[in-house]
Amino acid sequence: MIARYQTILFGVLLAASVAMGIVLWQLRERAHQRLLQGQDSAPTQAPEVAPAEPATLLVANDADNSLLSQVQTLPLPKDPGARARLILGKLMDLYAAPDAAHPVPGGSSSIAQVFLLPAPGLSAGITTPSSPAKTPEASGPQLAVVNLTGAFAASHPSGLEAETLTVLSICGTLHANLPRVTQVRFLVDGQPRPTLAGHADLTRTYLATDAVPTEGAHP
Amino acid sequence: MGPLESDRRFYPPPSQGGLIRRLCLALASFIVALGSIVAAQAPPVPAAPQPRFVVVLDAAHGGDDPGGKLDTQAEKAYTLSLSVKLRSLLNARGIQVVTTRESDTNVDTNRRAEIANHANAQACLSLHASQTGSGVHLFASSLPPAPPTRLPAWKTGQSAYVTRSLAMAGILNSALQHAGIAVTLGRTAMPTVDSMTCPAIAIEIAPDRAAGSTTKTGLDDPGYQASVAEAIAAAMLEWKTEAHQP
Repeated sequence: MIARYQTILFGVLLAASVAMGIVLWQLRERAHQRLLQGQDSAPTQAPEVAPAEPATLLVANDADNSLLSQVQTLPLPKDPGARARLILGKLMDLYAAPDAAHPVPGGSSSIAQVFLLPAPGLSAGITTPSSPAKTPEASGPQLAVVNLTGAFAASHPSGLEAETLTVLSICGTLHANLPRVTQVRFLVDGQPRPTLAGHADLTRTYLATDAVPTEGAHP
Repeated sequence: MGPLESDRRFYPPPSQGGLIRRLCLALASFIVALGSIVAAQAPPVPAAPQPRFVVVLDAAHGGDDPGGKLDTQAEKAYTLSLSVKLRSLLNARGIQVVTTRESDTNVDTNRRAEIANHANAQACLSLHASQTGSGVHLFASSLPPAPPTRLPAWKTGQSAYVTRSLAMAGILNSALQHAGIAVTLGRTAMPTVDSMTCPAIAIEIAPDRAAGSTTKTGLDDPGYQASVAEAIAAAMLEWKTEAHQP
């Protein structure tokens, strides 16, 4: 003979189990709906293959401390930041090649991001009645912030010449392909860093015009 | 007849013209004597002092910061040995030397510039070494030249001296090339040099690779080290001569 209180307890537990099962089922359904909504926000258009365009790279040479201009044809995206990252990635690939004149390990993955911002000290854009007013942000000089990976900085050869050439070739390459970029700053893993590998200052703002391609080595 | 009497015979009585002549002679001798007394009492005119010429040698890295890795040693050890060698050569040429470190110790970047600036030096040389490149690399600050100010900004103190630094780089370049060492000149952004308020050059020694060949004279080669140090010392002597020219 089952006691009355045990029957009641069993009924209560059974009801609780069924209720919990229903709640669980509803939670699962909601999670499924959220997942489906997330998929809806994914791009539906097929990725376009960017057309190949010429890009100017300022390639460093350790033998004579020079920067030589070299044109490469690359598929480049429209977004300036992504474009800058891809071009610098190609430059780093050249340096990572076995027979590079300026050997630096790392390759294209050394450039984490490139951000393009209005340059500080931006003067107001000059407008005339015949020309539509352009905001300085849309047409003025830009500051490029190049975020390097920590692995790249750690593996970069230490030396005044080697580090200076890397920095100047990045500045010059950015200015050659994005003429509005007049100033360049560097971060490593998103943080300011005193020097690249013990010598070249990474805390200052570099002028893109500092990097001038040279056709000869010795002054 | 006594001697007095005979003397009296030889001295005629003084006439009017003779008296004036004697007075003039006495006055002249008095003036001469007075002049010699004044000259003896006046302080001696000091000789023109030799202008002070100080060279600061900054052996880069040290302590926890080994710098670059060279063939057989760390960059910090190489720069220290070069600094010691250069100090001896410069002292032998009568040039006063101030060093930023004498042993394997940590010296902060700002401290190095402080030492150089307090020394009131006529030349500051930051010594480095590297395995990349060839010969000796001479780097001046990439700061734009600016007129000297009473209170220069710490991070851009070198800008007032950039023109003279470039002139000193030219003299170093000539001396090194005269010694048969390949030289490359450049501009760089380096915190230590950018804060120095003196003509300053960063000198980076690399192996001497013959053009178009894989053979090289290593950094450890004593002859190579000695020739580089001698050339730098000769350049400093020339810079001293140039600095003392009016």
